[in-house]
Amino acid sequence: MLWEVDIYPAEGQPDLVAGQVARESADLGLAGDLAVTSARGYLIQAALDRRQVERIARELLADRVVEKTVVAAVGDEALSTPPEQDRRLVHVLPKPGVMDPVAQSALTAIADLEIEVEAVGTLKKYWIGRLSDEQFELLASKVLANDAVERVIVGPLDFDHLEVGSPYDFELVTVPIGQLDDEALQKLSFEGQLFLSLTEMQTIRDHFQSLGRDPTDVELETIAQTWSEHCSHKTLAGRIHYRDPDGERTFQNMRREPIFATTVKIREEAGEADWCVSVFEDNAGIVRFDDEYNIVFKVETHNHPSALEPYGGANTGIGGVIRDPMGTGMGAKPVANTDVFCFAPPDTPLDQLPPGVLHPRRVMRGVVAGVRDYGNRMGIPTVNGALYFDPRYLGNPLVYCGNIGLIPRDKSFKQAKPGDLIVGVGGRTGRDGIHGATFSSAELTSQSETVSGGAVQIGNAITEKMLLDVLLVARDRGLYNAVTDCGAGGFSSAVGEMGEQIGAEVNLDRITLKYEGISYTEMWISEAQERMTLAVPPERWDELNELCTSEGVEATVIGRFVPTGRLVLKYNDHKVADLTMDFLHGGRPPVVRDAVYTPAPIEPQPLPEKYTWDYTNELMQVLGSLNVASKQWVIRQYDHEVQGGSAIKPLVGAANDGPGDAAVLRPVLQSRRGIVVACGMNPCYGDLDTYHMAASAIDEAVRNCVAVGADPARIAILDNFCWGNTDRAETLGSLVRAALACHNVAAALGTPFISGKDSLNNEFRPEGADEPISIPPSLLISAMGQIDDVGRSVTMDLKEPGNYLYQIGTTKDEMGGSHFALVQSLTGGQVPTVDAKLAKRTFAALHKTIDAGLVRACHDLSEGGLAVAAAEMAFAGNLGLRVFLAQVPHEIELDDESIAEARHLAESIADEELHPLAGCARATAVLLFSESNTRFLCEVHPDNADAFEAALADVPHALVGEVADTGRLEIIGIPRPIPDEETDQPVEIGAPLVVEAELATLKETWQKPLAW
Amino acid sequence: MAQPNVLILRAPGTTCDAETAFAFEQAGAKAELVHINRLLEHPDLFSRSQILCIPGGFSYGDDVAAGRILANQIQHHLAEHLAQFKAAGKLILGICNGFQVLIRSGILLEPDAQNGPPATLTVNDSGKFEDRWVRLEVRGAKCVFLSGIDAMYLPVAHAEGKFVARDADVLDRLESAGQLVLRYRPLSEDAGGGNSDAVPYPDNPNGSVAGTAGLCDATGRVLGMMPHPERHIDPTHHPRWTRGEAGEVGDGLKVFTNAVEYFA
Repeated sequence: MLWEVDIYPAEGQPDLVAGQVARESADLGLAGDLAVTSARGYLIQAALDRRQVERIARELLADRVVEKTVVAAVGDEALSTPPEQDRRLVHVLPKPGVMDPVAQSALTAIADLEIEVEAVGTLKKYWIGRLSDEQFELLASKVLANDAVERVIVGPLDFDHLEVGSPYDFELVTVPIGQLDDEALQKLSFEGQLFLSLTEMQTIRDHFQSLGRDPTDVELETIAQTWSEHCSHKTLAGRIHYRDPDGERTFQNMRREPIFATTVKIREEAGEADWCVSVFEDNAGIVRFDDEYNIVFKVETHNHPSALEPYGGANTGIGGVIRDPMGTGMGAKPVANTDVFCFAPPDTPLDQLPPGVLHPRRVMRGVVAGVRDYGNRMGIPTVNGALYFDPRYLGNPLVYCGNIGLIPRDKSFKQAKPGDLIVGVGGRTGRDGIHGATFSSAELTSQSETVSGGAVQIGNAITEKMLLDVLLVARDRGLYNAVTDCGAGGFSSAVGEMGEQIGAEVNLDRITLKYEGISYTEMWISEAQERMTLAVPPERWDELNELCTSEGVEATVIGRFVPTGRLVLKYNDHKVADLTMDFLHGGRPPVVRDAVYTPAPIEPQPLPEKYTWDYTNELMQVLGSLNVASKQWVIRQYDHEVQGGSAIKPLVGAANDGPGDAAVLRPVLQSRRGIVVACGMNPCYGDLDTYHMAASAIDEAVRNCVAVGADPARIAILDNFCWGNTDRAETLGSLVRAALACHNVAAALGTPFISGKDSLNNEFRPEGADEPISIPPSLLISAMGQIDDVGRSVTMDLKEPGNYLYQIGTTKDEMGGSHFALVQSLTGGQVPTVDAKLAKRTFAALHKTIDAGLVRACHDLSEGGLAVAAAEMAFAGNLGLRVFLAQVPHEIELDDESIAEARHLAESIADEELHPLAGCARATAVLLFSESNTRFLCEVHPDNADAFEAALADVPHALVGEVADTGRLEIIGIPRPIPDEETDQPVEIGAPLVVEAELATLKETWQKPLAW
Repeated sequence: MAQPNVLILRAPGTTCDAETAFAFEQAGAKAELVHINRLLEHPDLFSRSQILCIPGGFSYGDDVAAGRILANQIQHHLAEHLAQFKAAGKLILGICNGFQVLIRSGILLEPDAQNGPPATLTVNDSGKFEDRWVRLEVRGAKCVFLSGIDAMYLPVAHAEGKFVARDADVLDRLESAGQLVLRYRPLSEDAGGGNSDAVPYPDNPNGSVAGTAGLCDATGRVLGMMPHPERHIDPTHHPRWTRGEAGEVGDGLKVFTNAVEYFA
């Protein structure tokens, strides 16, 4: 019998889910005040009477203080009686095969009540008020359910038992590839979701022809996973022929040559003092932390799954990247998460949404919730991140997730040995996540949701937490020789990688399954989450198995590493695959690509020519722009303090709500030593020049770390390139150019790249469109710094009236791609550049002053320049600030017109000496809003001013203002002669107030846009 | 001084066990992490500890409801042993998810046969998980853990922390028995003040009735609290330590030292 338990909020209790549905309905423009009633429900398949089911509902499923229940057999009218008139009933259920962890937990808990049931399922139930059929359908598909993983049943449920899957009948499938011509090969590649190039398909055909047989389906799939862009990064690891105005270069391996080579050089120069441990080798980069521990860092993207199913995509994005440090060396303990998202503006009109595209608001809510639920449940603090908005992210949002881990120094390397057992540990294998690796390498279209729905994985953080708990114990007891995570490609990639130098034999029939009916190929390539692979010496197996069992974690021997150089897969007694490791890992034809970069000419940027004009409104516009605005709504949903090591939180200041530059945490509670986490990214600059975009991102990531006190000599960085389709030579050219900047700037700063990843083909083709929409070049630089004593960290909020404010670094006329240009819709201009040698000197000098305790507050100048940084410091500290633009260090070049104007002014005021910028019309806007790199604002106590200035003698700096107990931000412009009102003749020098605003107004403007 | 043993109960999805053990150790106790499965196999493990602590996290993923599954296990397999533990004059502390477990398993407040549980913790009024710092007033004369504490500044980090009593009678009874020991207060001390319990969001972060952040049992030896004392034991835990607002040690440490000193 199939029972249903519906659980509603009790009288007088809020229906929070209904409120959320109504809000999202309003977001969709459906109905402003939609009437909704919601319930969560359970389906219980069991031979029970009503009394027993009522007991389950009362004692286990419902909270009697705040909830009420309806219990009835499915089909009973009690379940379809509307709570009010004119309501339509909708059920939302997981699709068959989709994981349902709550149902699993309920099943186990019912057993604790000593009641026997066969199966449990969950559902969500909604009673929806008046909507047209069309609107109702839109609501159901866009708000209530996600087609990729859920099904909608309108009206009463139409089944009387839960589907549990049917047994799988083995049938060996071979793919006749030998006789296929080019066209047929391409068709097979696309329709089979292999997404391989024609050359690759030809290579496979020829290989099997030489063996005199056709491949089996699982052989073909294994090759496709291994050769996918996602797993092999063949574009950047391949040969690239690059042309720019400076000449031509050929890279044999884009990742190794410019980026990895920099790290090698930095390590060589460091000699004995080398603090890199393992870079670009393992699942994450490893560096030295202290005498006992190393730290590891990895950042991944999960863009395409998040476009289709934001919650599940982001959920498994963070879940997946956490397994990277867990699968690095012999396994690291995750200690911090990071997240950076790129979306289309949340106010994108609904009628501009192409078919198949989710609204950015929905994407953003889903992505944030996905990262939140996984990170929080894993007990890992999410400490750093960023949000960027651009209309070109509409069909292809970006979701970067990172994880930092702590690992004992002597556990930092691994080596599987011949004879080791191949052990799968953690979650079971299901049909979820099929073709994730190949799918992420394809362009998104309006059909992606239908075709590749199965590519979205569903996460269950608790399974991964349980796995983590036993993994670290097993590591310390020495129960395995190697570990790696099952990420893209599942077992196929994990076993293939671990056994690459040895050979492996796997019995697919031993893989534990979530449900029946899964084919051997699906078992092998499924990307079901929360699984890792271990290489276990046979004599250690019993102990490992016992340990896992003791905490309810499943471990299964699925095969053995054998010194054959072959990958052999069996299903029961049938051999279903037999590939040489040589062909699998070395047989892929080299990808050779052309890359071209043609610099765009620097167009003039028409800045407002205002001397005395008040820039307060412009400042408000920039503060209230989406990239700059407060991200508190996101940050507070993440637990950023779990594990007990938080020292500098993401939000700082007098009211705990100012934008900190970087987070600081102590991964070892007995120690004062800290990890500093920050990032840098500037998609706005990439449209002008990806070289300077990349250089700026590195500078920003490093200066954010330095701003809170990190030692600049111990900052490691990671790259994540998200680009459009690099089959186009210009697109690849812009990427190569960014990589060259990574090389040059990292080398000059002595800041090593320790890991990196790329995600190409980030494009979306709307239905019927000829051209896909490509994302802007999006390079994320993540930085992991270190600080000897977290007690020496500084925050960005102003601390005390009477203190001095210094600007470190020089302001240049670099308004191209700035946020001022963005809000004013200005194009052209020079994009910010980096003088890396000066940057290195500046970081080192500033660090000394912070380390010596001379700095009370420090904030980097980034989006919105000086004006925004000053405003943020003031309202975060709840203290007034006066800044004098005349004193700001600058290198603004004067054109003839400015010089002539200055001369004219000088003549009019014979006695006075004029400021060199007095004749320069654009200077005020530039000094306020230019986004030149390597700049900071520092608050210093007057008693420490001499020592501070002395320490910075070799780098540009100047006293530019003072902290004041005024409750206002006041920025005073360049002094110039003020004309007499009557005669219009200059009479005296005056300095205009170019910004004047109450702190409360500034803060409100900054907080409002994303205060959801 | 006798060094008490603390049993820190782990379950699938427990996340705050290590730092809670560290806090107890800083306070002078000896802490042992024990998995629920070990306790189910050997309930006599209870006997070697003086303090039981159920730390924060998401036991069993908070499936069904926060803390529900672990509470169910305790209710059906360990109730007797816990009753003995309590009767022996020992201490029980539940933090965040641990509080949810204590209240759902009936350890903190006895359910009555007719009406079921007297109170619950349910979804925040904001409808979402939030991590923020709260100011707490301690009305804890009878609670061992809160002895000598008037106020605390601690972080909360939860999605289901709204305290709701079954009815006004239950609330009155708990209030007059002095069991509503932790109350959310306005963050800025000049705002509100007095004895008003109507503290608005976000200072009352979840909409708890009577601003209740923590609750003790009738003996004062069992405490459940939503805020995390183990996250404020070091001065650098304070969100404004760079503004000189932190003390020598964090406010939360006293909760743990009180427990240790009880056995001195």
